[in-house]
Parts: sequence; C-alpha cells; structure tokens
Amino acid sequence: MSEDDDRSPPSDSVTTTDSCFSKTQTCTSGSTSGSGPSSVPEFQAPYPDQVLENVLENVLCFLTSRRDRNAASLVCRSWYRVEALTRSELFIGNCYALSPRRATSRFTRIRSVTLKGKPRFADFNLMPPTWGAYFAPWVSAMAKAYPWLEKLHLKRMTVTDDDLALLAESFSGFKELVLVCCDGFGTSGLAYVASKCRQLRVLDLIESEVSDDEVDWISCFPESEMCLESLIFDCVDCPINFDALERLVARSPSLRKLRLNRSVSIGQLHRLMVRAPQLTHLGTGSFRPSEDVAHGEQEPDYVSAFAACESLVCLSGFREIVPDYLPAIYPVCANLTSLNLSYANITAEQLRPIIRNCHKLQILWVLDSICDEGLQAVAATCKELHELRVFPIDACEDSEGPVSEVGLQAISEGCRKLQSILYFCQRMTNAAVIAMSKNCPDLVVFRLCIMGRHRPDHVTGEPMDEGFGAIVMNCKNLTRLAVSGLLTDRAFSYIGRYGKTVRTLSVAFAGDSDMGLNYVLEGCPRLQKLEIRDSPFGDAALLSGLHHYYNMRFLWMSSCKLTSGGCQQIARALPRLVVEVINDEADEDMGNFVDKLYMYRSLEGPRDDAPKVVSIL
Amino acid sequence: MEGGVVYENDLNLKATELRLGLPGTERNEEQPVSCTRNNKRPLPETRDQDGGTKAKYDAPHADPDTPHAPKAQMVGWPPIRSYRKNSLQQPKQTEAESAGMYVKVSMDGAPYLRKIDLKVYKGYPELLKALENMFKLTIGEYSEREGYKGSEYAPTYEDKDGDWMLVGDVPWDMFMSSCKRMRVMKGSEARGLGYEA
Repeated sequence: MSEDDDRSPPSDSVTTTDSCFSKTQTCTSGSTSGSGPSSVPEFQAPYPDQVLENVLENVLCFLTSRRDRNAASLVCRSWYRVEALTRSELFIGNCYALSPRRATSRFTRIRSVTLKGKPRFADFNLMPPTWGAYFAPWVSAMAKAYPWLEKLHLKRMTVTDDDLALLAESFSGFKELVLVCCDGFGTSGLAYVASKCRQLRVLDLIESEVSDDEVDWISCFPESEMCLESLIFDCVDCPINFDALERLVARSPSLRKLRLNRSVSIGQLHRLMVRAPQLTHLGTGSFRPSEDVAHGEQEPDYVSAFAACESLVCLSGFREIVPDYLPAIYPVCANLTSLNLSYANITAEQLRPIIRNCHKLQILWVLDSICDEGLQAVAATCKELHELRVFPIDACEDSEGPVSEVGLQAISEGCRKLQSILYFCQRMTNAAVIAMSKNCPDLVVFRLCIMGRHRPDHVTGEPMDEGFGAIVMNCKNLTRLAVSGLLTDRAFSYIGRYGKTVRTLSVAFAGDSDMGLNYVLEGCPRLQKLEIRDSPFGDAALLSGLHHYYNMRFLWMSSCKLTSGGCQQIARALPRLVVEVINDEADEDMGNFVDKLYMYRSLEGPRDDAPKVVSIL
Repeated sequence: MEGGVVYENDLNLKATELRLGLPGTERNEEQPVSCTRNNKRPLPETRDQDGGTKAKYDAPHADPDTPHAPKAQMVGWPPIRSYRKNSLQQPKQTEAESAGMYVKVSMDGAPYLRKIDLKVYKGYPELLKALENMFKLTIGEYSEREGYKGSEYAPTYEDKDGDWMLVGDVPWDMFMSSCKRMRVMKGSEARGLGYEA
C-alpha cells in the first residue's frame, strides 16, 4: 500500500484546508513528523484524524464500484482502512487468489460475496473433476466473520450439502443465493436452505449440477407468507412436488422471477401463471402437456394466462416444446426484452410469427434450427437487439450447419445496436465478419465458433484472419473475443495491434508459431483472462508474457507446445504466480509437452487441496 | 411374464420369492448370467431402461472422458456445456453414472441424506466403517442372532421388495444387488429389527 502522504513543513496546525490526508500520519506513526516545534501534544493527534476518518467513512460508503474502491484503498493507509471498513460487497474473481482468512481479516463488514472458482474451460470437461474450487473453507470462514451476510453469488465452485447446511445455519439474515455452474450438492442441500433461511428472497440455480436425493425441497419452505422474489431451478433435473410449488407461489406475493424445470408441464404452468400474473421473468418448464392428459380434453386457455401477465419481460424454458403451443405467448411478445428459445427445436416458420412482434427485444438466445431464414426474420424486427446467442442443435464438427455467414450478415444489417454475440456455425466468410465489424461498432463481446477445426473462409478459401482483424480494428469497445476457424499468426498480430481494450480472449486450434501468442501478450495491456487450447505456442511465447502475468486473473493453455521446463522458468521468475500443470497419464502422444497449464496470481502460494493429477511448480 | 429389467445378480432371492408362474420358468434366463457379479461382464440387455430408483448398472469400461459420438471427437469441442448437449439430445435419458452403484443413506436425526457408492466397498466391514466415518458414530458388532450389539445404532436397508432388513443378514453380493437405500436406525427400533429373521 502506498505511503502516507507526508506534507512538509510539519505544520502543527489542525486546520487542514487542502488535502485531507495531510494529517493521516495519525497514531501509527507516532512522532514521525515531530521535528517541528513541540506545540502539539501527542494525545491531540487522534481527534482530528477521527473526524477525518468519519468523514471518509461517510463519503466512501457511497462508492459502490469495486474498481473505484480498489483505487481509493491505494491512496494511503487511512483510506485503505476506511475503505476496508465500508466495503459491503466483496468480489473475488479467483477463489485461489487469496485465502478466506485474508479476505475476512481485511474486510470486516461484508454483506455480499461473489466468488468464482474454476476457469471456463472446466465446463467442457477439460479439467479433472476433483480439481478444486471448494466452497467449504470459504463458508467456514464467513460463518464466523460475517454473521450478517445476506448475499452469496458463486460461479464454478464445488458446493456440498454440508456447505449449504452451514450456510443456512450461520446467516440468520440471509437473503440471496445464486449458484451458477456449480456442482457437488443435491436437493438435500436445497432443502436445508429452503427450511432455514427465513428471509430468503432469491434462490437462483443456474446451469448447475444438482443431484437428485429424492428430497422434496419445495415443501421445505416455510408455510407462512414468504418474501420470495426469485426462484430459478430450471437446471434441477428432478421431479418436484407440484402441489407444494403451487402453494408456495400462492403465498409469495413478491415473486417476480420464476424459472421452472422440465418436470413441469404446460398444464401445470398454467396453474402457476394464474396464481402469479405479476411475474416479470418466467421460465416455462417443458411447454408440453404431461403424458396423462387425455387427448381431446379441454385444455386451459394459455393465451389468456399469458395475456394476464402484463409485466412479463423475460421468457425462457420451452424445454421439450411442442411447437403448436408456441403461439400462446403472442400476447407478451410486444413487451419482451429477453427471450430464450435455446432449448426449443423450432423452425424459421415457427419462429417468424413470434419474433415479428418482438420489437423491444434486447436479448435473444436461439438454436440454429431456425436457420439463416430465422435470423433474417430476427434482423427484420429486433432493432433493439443487444445480445444474440445462436447455439447448435447438433454440436459436432461434421454436422449440416443450418446457419452460416448469411445469417450473420443479416443480423449485422438489421441489428445495429448489437453489443454481444455468440454464434456457432459450420461455415463463415471474412466478408460477413467484416460487415459485422462495420455495422455493429458497439460490439463488446464477439464470440464466433466455427465448429469445424481450421476451417477457412468457405468462399475464398482464405484464413479467417481479416475478419477477426476487422473486428478488433473497428469495434473500439471490444472487451471479449473468441476466435475460430483457420487462423494464422497474422490474426494475432491484428489482435495485438488493435485489441487494446480486450480483457478476455479465447483461442482454439489457431496460429502458426510462437509469434502468435507473442503478439497478444505484448500488444494487449488489458488482457485479464486468456484461454488457449490446441495451438502451436511454446515456451518462448509463454516467456514473452512475464511482464504481464501479474496483471492477469489467469492463463490457461492446453495441448499446446509447452514443456515443463518452460513452465518451471515462469514459476521461478514469478513467485506470486501459482503454476499448475496437469498431465493426463493416459495421453502418450503428448511426449514432452505439458498437457494443461493453468496459472494465476495468488497471495497465498500453492494450494493444499489439489488432487494428485495436478502438480504445482 | 415379469415386467421390468432382469437383474442378473439376484439368484438366491428367487428361491424364496413368491410369484405366479410355473417353477423353473425363469431359470433359463438366469443361467448364462449366473457368474456375473458386480458388473464384471454386463450383458447389453441388462441396461436399465426405466432408470429412476433402481440400482444402476453401467459398463465398467465407460470412461468419463471418452466422447460418445461415433466419429473421433475432441474432448470439449465444440465448446458446449454437457448440460446443454444432454438437454437437447435425449430429454428422457437417465444420467449414466459411469462407475457406481449409488444408494442414499439417511440417518435418524440427521437433517439430510448422503449418497454412497456401494461398488467402492469390498464387503460389510468396509461399508460399516465408512458409515461410521460419515455420520460420526459407532455401529457395533454384528451377530446373526442379536443384530448390532454395543451401540444404539443399526444400519438397515430397504431391499427390492420394500422390506427393511438389517445390513449383514444376507451375503454381500446379494446385498449389493438388492439394496435400494439405507437407513441408520437408532434406539429401540433398531433393536427390534435385530430380532427378525
């Protein structure tokens, strides 16, 4: 931390007119500046500083942005102290960057914690399942240090039922639990949270693996009226007690967000919608009738149920959709700002009547089953679109590929306000990507996944260098980039030259030589997260980033050309970096090359919970 | 005709089972499987189709890293989360736990369940030790006549017929094949069970 700003002359005047930290020498420094006249007795010193600290406290508590707070804490010791006292939201981007004890010692009044564990490539089975990111040590520390904890947001952590039980026991005012891409727990743990967290407002389980312990956790919520505002459990893949859910919804007048899992049929959905027309976010469950509905039986009026939900702005689910039911959502289309059809295998024809009404849509997730025609329909109507994700229905390299550069071009022409795109396809052209870079200059996130490895521009046969080059050149706000297709070192030279704001970069099956990685490491000062797989970058390239690794959250490199010698060199040169090497024993082909490298800055040094397969250099 | 899946391991129970049908009608089905134990040589037709609460049988060679597609696919490519892939491909597919026979274990007084993998244990002593560690208690010594002596806890299990039996009453292999779930009982209830056959 920076030194106190000692202002000379050592004025004993208490009236600090200018900078308030001129007097922050305070009690800690004792008589440092005492070279002046002896007029100011020592014991007077605490008083003005106390005032100052109170002033600071009252001012700093308005500071919410963590980046601003981090900057404030560097000003001097007093500011550091006060900032630590007034911070209420703690964000930890890598749970191994520091220990729970260090966090709880510095920040004593935390109400909300965000904690992230595994790197993103763990989602794609690239990490051993026992790698780590255990929530247990954190919850133990927080149970003692933050009894007033209200919110917890975890991403890619391993959370056990025991951890959830401890959480439920320890925080009497607990309000919000959000688990994204987590695993290790089951419905037993949920039952505990439901029954013990009496102030619970938010229980959001998003893309997490929840084991079915055959516990009726829905029934564990208290019988009295609840302050529940958000209940998201679409990833919980087990049957639930529907009657209990219906009663829960009925006694939760504040409920605004409800995302059901696929065990809920459309008939059941109807019953819930009737109970909760105030919903703003709805995940529909399976969107098909349950099997035991007799054919020809009078079906409920779904259209009216949707029409009654006048506040609905976000719709998702449609897990096992029978497309005939899709028109039921017509009444809400005009108000929708977010629509997630990414589990719905529908065609362009089925999409068109829906999307035609979605003028206010800002976020759209779809499957490529809608084809280029469907994307053209989107482009024609959704002028406010900020975020588009197009997922493949058939996620393998040799599939048909119903979307292509045609769809991308159409979107770029119709949706000029686009900021974020994730697009899976089988074929693409530089022209379409260049068009997007010019038509959508506000792009912040550009992730293009051409699923066939090393695929060139399918019209010209050239590498995709120019397309991605145009993106980094023309999109001045770009912070996240994922590249694919046939790419030479040239693409990386573009990224290094123009990608000055890029913070996250994903590379797969790309580049020719060490120069590629070199360009990026030397050219991108804002780079925080770099994930690379199956690219020919070796030790020399790795070493060229030494100046930058302390500024990054992590670097991941798998199936590249790194040797353990190279990784050792890094570990020796940068003592505050944890360098983890994972070698797949089964993989003989790797020879001398390291299979997986994951390295990150840390204040704690090597962790002690790594499995055998991980060696920390 | 018996509905559902044939369990190749539950030979001895058939002898005591009451069912309608001529005696000996099922013997032929079971003979070829009589030596299979603990999934050493699973037959394709024993693949569980309804899944759900029955004990799961899985090919021992299932490797979590091996991609399922017929062509050689790279691990983790294209970068789609397996949750999404599974949701789209076969909505009704049961989860395949690649090498495990998981049963739920509850304990009287404990707030939530655990799941354990029976295949990990080679016999009763190991299993009991694991339970002791898991729930922080002592279970005592088993005797056929008197159940578990020396502690107030007794491990019990529910078998395929829905009966609650004392753990240890049947040979280990039979237990493995018939155990659906376990419960560590406490107090007099446990003692009562000990005196049953």
